Amino acid sequence: MFEIRIHSRGGQGGVTAARLLAMAAFLDKKHATAAPFYGAERRGAPVTSFVRIDEEPIKIYSQIRSPNLIVVLDASIMDTVDVLLGILENGTVLINSPHPIDLPGVNVLTIDLTGIALSVDLIVSGSPILNTPVLGALAKMGVISRESAEAAIRDMFADERNVKAAEAAYKELIL
Amino acid sequence: MLTVATGNKAVAAAVKEAKPAVVAAYPITPQTEIVEQIAEYVTAGEMDARYIPVESEHSAMTACIGASITGVRTFTATSSHGLLYMHEMLHWAAGARLPIVMANVNRALGPGWNVWAEHTDAFSQRDTGWLQFFVSTVQEAYDTTLMAFRIAEDTGILLPVMVNLDGFVLSHIMQSLETVEIGDYIPPMVLPHKIDTENPTGYGTLTGPNDHFKFRWEIERAMRHSPSVIRDAEEEFAKRFGRKYGPTDEYLCDDADILIVSMGTLGKEAEVAVDILRKEGVKAGSMRIRWFRPFPELDIRDRDLVVLDRGYSFGFGGVLTDSIKSRYRDASIFSVVAGLGGQEVTYDDIAEFVRNRRMNEEYWFGVDA
Repeated sequence: MFEIRIHSRGGQGGVTAARLLAMAAFLDKKHATAAPFYGAERRGAPVTSFVRIDEEPIKIYSQIRSPNLIVVLDASIMDTVDVLLGILENGTVLINSPHPIDLPGVNVLTIDLTGIALSVDLIVSGSPILNTPVLGALAKMGVISRESAEAAIRDMFADERNVKAAEAAYKELIL
Repeated sequence: MLTVATGNKAVAAAVKEAKPAVVAAYPITPQTEIVEQIAEYVTAGEMDARYIPVESEHSAMTACIGASITGVRTFTATSSHGLLYMHEMLHWAAGARLPIVMANVNRALGPGWNVWAEHTDAFSQRDTGWLQFFVSTVQEAYDTTLMAFRIAEDTGILLPVMVNLDGFVLSHIMQSLETVEIGDYIPPMVLPHKIDTENPTGYGTLTGPNDHFKFRWEIERAMRHSPSVIRDAEEEFAKRFGRKYGPTDEYLCDDADILIVSMGTLGKEAEVAVDILRKEGVKAGSMRIRWFRPFPELDIRDRDLVVLDRGYSFGFGGVLTDSIKSRYRDASIFSVVAGLGGQEVTYDDIAEFVRNRRMNEEYWFGVDA
């Protein structure tokens, strides 16, 4: 089983990113579940979402304690939340950041999702949308296929800028 | 069609397929998504139903009662305080023998304010005369909602049915879902005592002890008859759509010495615990109770039971434990109260309950020493 924990702030689309990711895995003919942990539902508050992907049906409902992959949509969360909690040895952290970030003991990948969203004008209520570009990065990492990532995005959003942003992220991420 | 959906969206999709004439509802977390989705179906013309947004849950159930007694299919959904606010009208719906179907997204009751999973809301409606089912996956929420209409409207039953799903844990998780075309699986609703303006009759008039007593006995007779109707609905569902259900969902129970007995999503988590325990040489099995009312016959045969209770009767004990003990007086039970208010209970925790079981004792997970 491949387990992913997504850290974001309320309103950034972390929950939707989890659902898109599960949908894409499902289109890849795998079993997947996406579960948000709802605390106080308000904009700006730290939100955690969980995605499990497996070849077998998934029976587990409890939260992910030992993730293979951690996705951080807002790097400022790392000041207050221990995003690396429980990460598996050789686990990977994907962080939305324009600058490289060094964290001891884990593989860190950074990508400027905010910059990508702004570059294709993917902005809702004044905030850049991060949940669709991040799918492109996850496709590049091989978590899901590129075709399924785009199909999942098109299934949920009519606006093609979402697909464009995912394509840009796919190209920009350096593994 | 194979797709992915949350538990809430799955219930809404099932309701759309069952084609009720009336849906009356008031929003409450974590159920809101169900009635929002139904309202969207109605607005988009995908569902030919009258959607009545009311000012309270008491009114939601009253509107369903008023609609149902005209002989049409009705549905509502609620959670927690919303369900308790309906309480008076739940007795009325059952007493008037109206086959209303309701989804209840299980949530704790305040205070302190808590929006997460607990079964106390449904348990507190145990004696209202409603049939109650508890489900554990998105697919099961969909399938059971469809079956609920057929069971409720069976002329040998004519009682309301509540489908329970764990708040957030199941209502908001996304899993795969296969939707079906229901065809004639749910026959057209026939309510023998529906309002007929050509033949005016009194409803809800003063009833003396003899008749009242008789009406109550009729409810119990329908309840005692209901297992055969539910089994028939489940078998026919399996025949047509390929998915099998029963009073319990049993995992490796046949040769087990110890059964983990639970309801809702904890039952799936328990199956993972069983796999872990089996590797350690412990012959454990998981028995998830799907029918809560009518309470089913259980094959527990001299085995030790570790019962997980997500609801409690203060001054007495766990509600599921109580139901099992009432029927099987000699049952050897380790009663674990766990998961209240959305408390996280993992497969490791459940395996640990089994390893450290103290038969005929009660244990409050996380607060007991």
